[in-house]
Amino acid sequence: MANSVEQIVLADATASLVEYEATGGYQALAKARAMTPAEVTDELLASELRGRGGAFFATGRKWSFVPSKEQIPKPHYLVVNADESEPGSFKDNEILSRVPHRFIEGCLITAHAIDCKNVFVYIRGEYSGPYEILVTALEELRDRPELRGDVTIVVHRGAGAYICGEETALLESLEGERGQPRSKPPFPAISGLYASPTVVNNVETITTVAPIIAMGGANYAKLGVENSRGTRVVSLSGNVVNGGNYEIEAGMSLREIIYDLGGGIPNGRELKAVVPGGSSTVILTKDEIDVGYDFDSLAQLHTAMGSAGIVVLDDRCCIVQLGVRFSEFYEHESCGKCTPCREGTRWLTAILRKLEDGRATQADLDLVLDVCDRINGKCLCPLGDSDAIIVASYVAKFRAEFQRHIDEGGCPFGGHSSLDHVLAPVAMHSHSPVTQVPA
Amino acid sequence: MSLYEAIQEERAKYPADSRSAVLPALRLAQTEHGWLSPEVLREVADALEVTPAYVKSIASFYDQFHLAPVGEHLVEVCTNVSCAVVGAQQVVEAFESELGCHAGETSADGKVTLRAVECLGGCGWATVVAVDHHYRTHVGAGDVPAIVEELRGE
Repeated sequence: MANSVEQIVLADATASLVEYEATGGYQALAKARAMTPAEVTDELLASELRGRGGAFFATGRKWSFVPSKEQIPKPHYLVVNADESEPGSFKDNEILSRVPHRFIEGCLITAHAIDCKNVFVYIRGEYSGPYEILVTALEELRDRPELRGDVTIVVHRGAGAYICGEETALLESLEGERGQPRSKPPFPAISGLYASPTVVNNVETITTVAPIIAMGGANYAKLGVENSRGTRVVSLSGNVVNGGNYEIEAGMSLREIIYDLGGGIPNGRELKAVVPGGSSTVILTKDEIDVGYDFDSLAQLHTAMGSAGIVVLDDRCCIVQLGVRFSEFYEHESCGKCTPCREGTRWLTAILRKLEDGRATQADLDLVLDVCDRINGKCLCPLGDSDAIIVASYVAKFRAEFQRHIDEGGCPFGGHSSLDHVLAPVAMHSHSPVTQVPA
Repeated sequence: MSLYEAIQEERAKYPADSRSAVLPALRLAQTEHGWLSPEVLREVADALEVTPAYVKSIASFYDQFHLAPVGEHLVEVCTNVSCAVVGAQQVVEAFESELGCHAGETSADGKVTLRAVECLGGCGWATVVAVDHHYRTHVGAGDVPAIVEELRGE
């Protein structure tokens, strides 16, 4: 392996306060509180930590955007995005379950850095297990006022909506509204929760804060490669022997992650393609996996780490069906606010379904790309864009397979694809049946 | 504690705007009543001092709220790609066969509602099935009869 596997986020896993303190837990909090908020933010800037939710924005910079209370005399809020719902991503689930106190310590340090007394953790409604672990860990702090300080942490459960992982939709939902994204600007740092200055950070980002303060930002920045410092918890799933979460040093190659950590492809099958960073990222073919799992290397292939959900697909996977299934997901999860997304995701599903069923003509393949163009960049948030970008990438990289669906009047896999006949939740909705494209 | 009192406790967690308590309030109401009937939505609205229409607009947006009756138990099978490529559809079909109902329906004895759902966030441990909101991992079609027996046996 090119890089050693060093655990920072998931090290010394324990849900117990006593055990966490025995391994140095909450000492970074004491260290941070002895520093000024600006000094804590400077450590984060020095660490070059970038947000782990998908957008990869520099965490220290995000914190530094929060105006002073003299500039805007309103309370500051920290909102942690634990609404992990990106298909292929399940790292925050494991982080909250295995190291809840490191996460809480990160919340408390961040609260100090941005001068905030109220923290809200927005956790997806389905995560009953991590929710219970987190609440138990917070109860352990009840009798420890020296740790809690004057910070209140409220764990707020979502109720099943992928869109609430988008930060402004999350804030709407947290305010008791339907989870529909807001127009930006203003950005949350200026006007977020309750129109007050708000920092929204991902679970893994927050859980990395205490180790950074403990080891020093400059030391953290020695790990990884340029523009992708430190470690990353990657979620490995699909057709791979050892699915699970792995904390890696940024820069390890995708091939090493899949074959050395994941044990390769099961049942003697061949690799076909890899979704590198959750469903919303441009697909890679089997010939494109000798690439560093870092921002710059993946950007050269026009894709991204996203939320680090790596989905491995073997040679039984029909790429048209993959497009149908992911498009059904975006159609189902579209909040309905922007027309190009609400209508476009539905049409993408319908046209891809027509291709799969052998009812498509040559013009339909052009129509797929045309619909992608009419969604991409034309909505308030990236949900519709994601559907458009990935489907366009499937056509670009597997055009011959799409063509065979037209030429052979149906799916060349003849009922033997790994995604045959998969029931998508959107199909159970009687109020929004999938449209049939007119002939 | 009554539902009304429990909702007031939730509201107190959000001093800046108690409407933030609408999701916790609906969750409490659904836990107590099983599903969110028009009467229950009215009860929640009264407790939150908002209109029933507003509460319904929220309840209808989120997948976890039931606006129609459901069975005593809820079985949710993830059918997104990571689970699907290792056999989630076979798991759905095994549940359909054992329960005698389609996904999206409730078994005739009213015991179990079966749903196909979007990614549950356990992709590396596929197939993931949430049984009464708690995850079972690495579920195969062969595990289904025992799960159904367990739910029917109670």
